[in-house]
Amino acid sequence: MNIIEVKNLTKRFGDFVAVDNISFTVEKGEVFAFLGPNGAGKTTSIRMMTTLLAPSEGEIILNGINPQKDQAEARKSFGIVFQDPSVDEELTAYENMEFHGVLYKVPKDVRRKRIEELLKIVELWDRKNHLVKTFSGGMRRRLEIARGLLHHPQVLFLDEPTLGLDPQTRNHIWSYIMNLNSLEQITIFFTTHYMGEAESIATKVVIIDRGKIVATGTPAELMKKTSADTLEKAFLALTGTTIREEEAGAIDHLRMGRKMHHR
Amino acid sequence: MSINVIYILWLRQIKRYFRSKARIVGSLGQPLLFLLALGFGFGPIFQKAGQGNYIQFLTPGIIAMSILFTAIFSGIEIIWDRQFGFLKETLVAPVSRLEIMLGRTLGGATVATLQGVIVFVLSLFVGFHIYSLIALPFAFIFMFFMALLFTALGTAIASVLKDMQGFQLIMNFLIMPIFFLSGALFPLDGLPKVIEVIARCNPLSYGIDALRATLSGVAHFGLLNDSIFLFIGVAVLLFVGSFLFSKIEA
Repeated sequence: MNIIEVKNLTKRFGDFVAVDNISFTVEKGEVFAFLGPNGAGKTTSIRMMTTLLAPSEGEIILNGINPQKDQAEARKSFGIVFQDPSVDEELTAYENMEFHGVLYKVPKDVRRKRIEELLKIVELWDRKNHLVKTFSGGMRRRLEIARGLLHHPQVLFLDEPTLGLDPQTRNHIWSYIMNLNSLEQITIFFTTHYMGEAESIATKVVIIDRGKIVATGTPAELMKKTSADTLEKAFLALTGTTIREEEAGAIDHLRMGRKMHHR
Repeated sequence: MSINVIYILWLRQIKRYFRSKARIVGSLGQPLLFLLALGFGFGPIFQKAGQGNYIQFLTPGIIAMSILFTAIFSGIEIIWDRQFGFLKETLVAPVSRLEIMLGRTLGGATVATLQGVIVFVLSLFVGFHIYSLIALPFAFIFMFFMALLFTALGTAIASVLKDMQGFQLIMNFLIMPIFFLSGALFPLDGLPKVIEVIARCNPLSYGIDALRATLSGVAHFGLLNDSIFLFIGVAVLLFVGSFLFSKIEA
């Protein structure tokens, strides 16, 4: 059963085509890696799948729901850890977790238990009553991930979840996520620049470059296809070795667009 | 409609308010300055013109002013939430935009009401005295309605503005006129026609009038008119605010 179906999805910001006619499917329970260099269109695609952005063309079906037509129902099906910060700095770590739990209607006893469990995994339990504005970048990132794992959705989107974290924390977090995946059949849809992560946990990989899909398969298939012995080498063989322009988020594109219109 | 969701959004606003002590104290400076400088500065002229004690007249206007500013700012905080990324967190959650809007607006309105109550208490030290203890609770209710109305207006504005660049425009061409053309500082009798018409269309005029009626015992429009127009204003702006907020894209 396909939990995500994306057909001919396109997103334009003015003349710039961020996502160019992509199609793919994700099966229920799959650990799906969505890989690509900076600016490839990963985050824009995730924003469209999570109701934050309207596609220019094409269709998305998520858990049998079109997130464009029935946003409210779609939002019940997924959870997301954003690439950029989204915690409230004026609240404590615990309050951020509590807020999320209430919004996602996690029952009180489950909520309390999971908040403790998750904050311990990301080693923020002894800082739980501190305001987030006193946290370092890494601590905020860990809180962000812990919060995203508080409710157990059908699909969990993780947009570069482990960026900037040390290997110890990354291992803890991934083993928790893989446990969720196997125990509760939660589909994992993630992006990362750590090819080792994708190679060891992904059951399916899609590589996107300049808005277009350039390869699809299991990590083993992609390595075989490119005669590479690691996914990183396969990735480089498929996307080339030139460095890309740093990605401007969808919001930045909107802002740039607005400013240009004003002039 | 989930009470828990609305409650946690309300609670967030309250917590943020009590944690920013500097903001609370800072935002008391302006109303106090107005009360002291204008109150004592224009007091003698007001008295000579046969209008009575100016502090008695001015205080409800200054209370309304601090409610107006705090409420609009609470609504406009959505822009900050967007810039700090927190707005996304609420927008992808499985809760309706109406719940988010209501929770935030009730929170912002509570904060603005508290600010109004603080200014009221301070005014007692400047020489303001209430005319009736029985009418006092009604004054607080009117403060809350005013706060609700202008928080909803702030939400509506924030839903349309994408960043703080347009804020100066809103401040000088909407908020300041609302304040100065409301009868907060001067009586509405015998004004040029244009000013009077504007004041009559201004929801703040009715809020101030209701506060004068309940705190000082004088009214221009009458309490019934005040209540009707405030109620209509709250209903319209809550509707407009919810509508514009539902169109927001993070």
